[in-house]
Amino acid sequence: MTPLIETTGVSKSYGDFVALDGVTLSIAEGELVSIVGPNGAGKTTLVNVLTGLLKPTAGVVRFKGNDIAGIGPVLLARRGMARAFQLVHVFPAMTVEETIAVAVISQTAKGLQLFATARKDTALRARVREVAEIFNLEGKLNRPSQLLSQGEKKLLDIASAFALSPEVILLDEPTSGVSSADKHGLMRNVIDAAKRAGVKAIILVEHDMDLVAEYSSRIVALQSGRVLADRPPAEFFSDPEIISAIVGKMVGKLAKGA
Amino acid sequence: MRFAPVVAALVVLAAFPYFAQPYYVTLVLPALAYAIALLGFNLLFGYTGLLSFGHALFVAIGAYGAAVLSSKLGVKSLELVLLLSGLAAVAAAVPVALLSVRYARIFFGILTLAFGMLFHSFLFKFYDLTGGDTGIRVLRPTLLGQAYADLDKTAFLVGPFYYYCLVLLVLMGFAMWRIVHSPFGLHLAAVRENARKAEYLGVRVRFFRHIAFLISAFYCAVGGVILAINTGQADPELAYWTHSGELVFMTVLGGFASFLGPVIGAFTFVFLKSELMGLTQYWRFWLGAILVLIVVLFPRGLVGVGQSAWSLARRKR
Repeated sequence: MTPLIETTGVSKSYGDFVALDGVTLSIAEGELVSIVGPNGAGKTTLVNVLTGLLKPTAGVVRFKGNDIAGIGPVLLARRGMARAFQLVHVFPAMTVEETIAVAVISQTAKGLQLFATARKDTALRARVREVAEIFNLEGKLNRPSQLLSQGEKKLLDIASAFALSPEVILLDEPTSGVSSADKHGLMRNVIDAAKRAGVKAIILVEHDMDLVAEYSSRIVALQSGRVLADRPPAEFFSDPEIISAIVGKMVGKLAKGA
Repeated sequence: MRFAPVVAALVVLAAFPYFAQPYYVTLVLPALAYAIALLGFNLLFGYTGLLSFGHALFVAIGAYGAAVLSSKLGVKSLELVLLLSGLAAVAAAVPVALLSVRYARIFFGILTLAFGMLFHSFLFKFYDLTGGDTGIRVLRPTLLGQAYADLDKTAFLVGPFYYYCLVLLVLMGFAMWRIVHSPFGLHLAAVRENARKAEYLGVRVRFFRHIAFLISAFYCAVGGVILAINTGQADPELAYWTHSGELVFMTVLGGFASFLGPVIGAFTFVFLKSELMGLTQYWRFWLGAILVLIVVLFPRGLVGVGQSAWSLARRKR
């Protein structure tokens, strides 16, 4: 079976600085792959390459067998990959309903309906409600995004990405800014929603090793732009070399948690 | 109930020629013209988040369109003049937008300003084509095929033409109302609020900015046609950058965050300017001072002032 996402020897350099150096990885259906690594390891660059925002200097990025190098977020959304952001990205003055509606509309030809009234489009509103319900936002459809709590904004950001009905969803630190008590709840909510929505694979960029250990089916560790390790969690966390290189300071926390 | 104040305002405007002096009635004409132009301008500014400093360019294209069509090509029908001038503005807007919408914020503003100045010097220098600083005369058009030959100039303007423009404002206002509440309008708002996020939600940001730009150009040209017929002249000052500044001024004065803000801004500006000009030769100073106060105290413009007063009054009750 062809992998959903595949990178072969992807490199990205800015002048003399090498952000990614020969990254080869593949992600298959049913996987939740976490990308970890210290700051500056190249996680963000890899995410930007995977989402077609950046064109790699060398190498190939494929999504469902097609080259997606630098095709940009709009086309990528159309082909079935969505992204939620590390920093909350919402439309402050727009309501929850409007925000989700933007994603639903963009996937149809309705964006060019100049004289139709969006609020009277019952099919659109039903779909928006359906997405909102997955994330328990249905009670706040008419609330402007800027009045939501930090956690709700995060949910809205993810919900709007889900509204694209993606096959792959990329979550960039979905729990940053969320209290540690709520982190697992949010992750379970998202993974559960992904299953129900027919999402085939999740890519997770995360600092929190608790979450990575608990939910990943595979962990890719980056260091200085290279893949240091690419293993299932059990093997990953039992390798002292990786622990010292990547998770170092997290060991104590894991031990305490256990 | 929401539309009650709008209906009331329209009734007052419709009755205005019957109780007001003709001078004030002729002031309503430019106000109607600017109201239409600014509805378009604000689709770009308030709804899409792109502040243009060059939209007088499209007002001027409307005015010169009316002039060339009526004086040089013998086109009498106002409907045809409006349509053709509007389309000319859209055609001119295609390349301008193509370059400008790649940028946002100040870069967009400067680019549109540059295009506006380019067009102004074209009007000024190509004397044979444009009449240079004297411009081109605009002849009286027919309205829905009616010539109204028995009416003198003022009677025509404050009579049939006045009502024609009022109806045009209502029609184009209604169309714009539909546009900003459509799925298309929702996309524009998303582009304004966060272009990067909008892209990741599948919105073709530049494309939507471009379409908004073209619509705004059409509205500005329609306003330009009315202005030119009212004065009987299309001259280069219409394309001058200070005129673009006035469009921004009126929109901010009325309140760019609300649908009717620009319309209120247009009426207030035209009447305020006329009154101040009668009172003092330093009217520009006073207009500037008023704008400073509005921006500092009421960033939502006159509409914001009204809303604050309304909610204050309701709380007291």
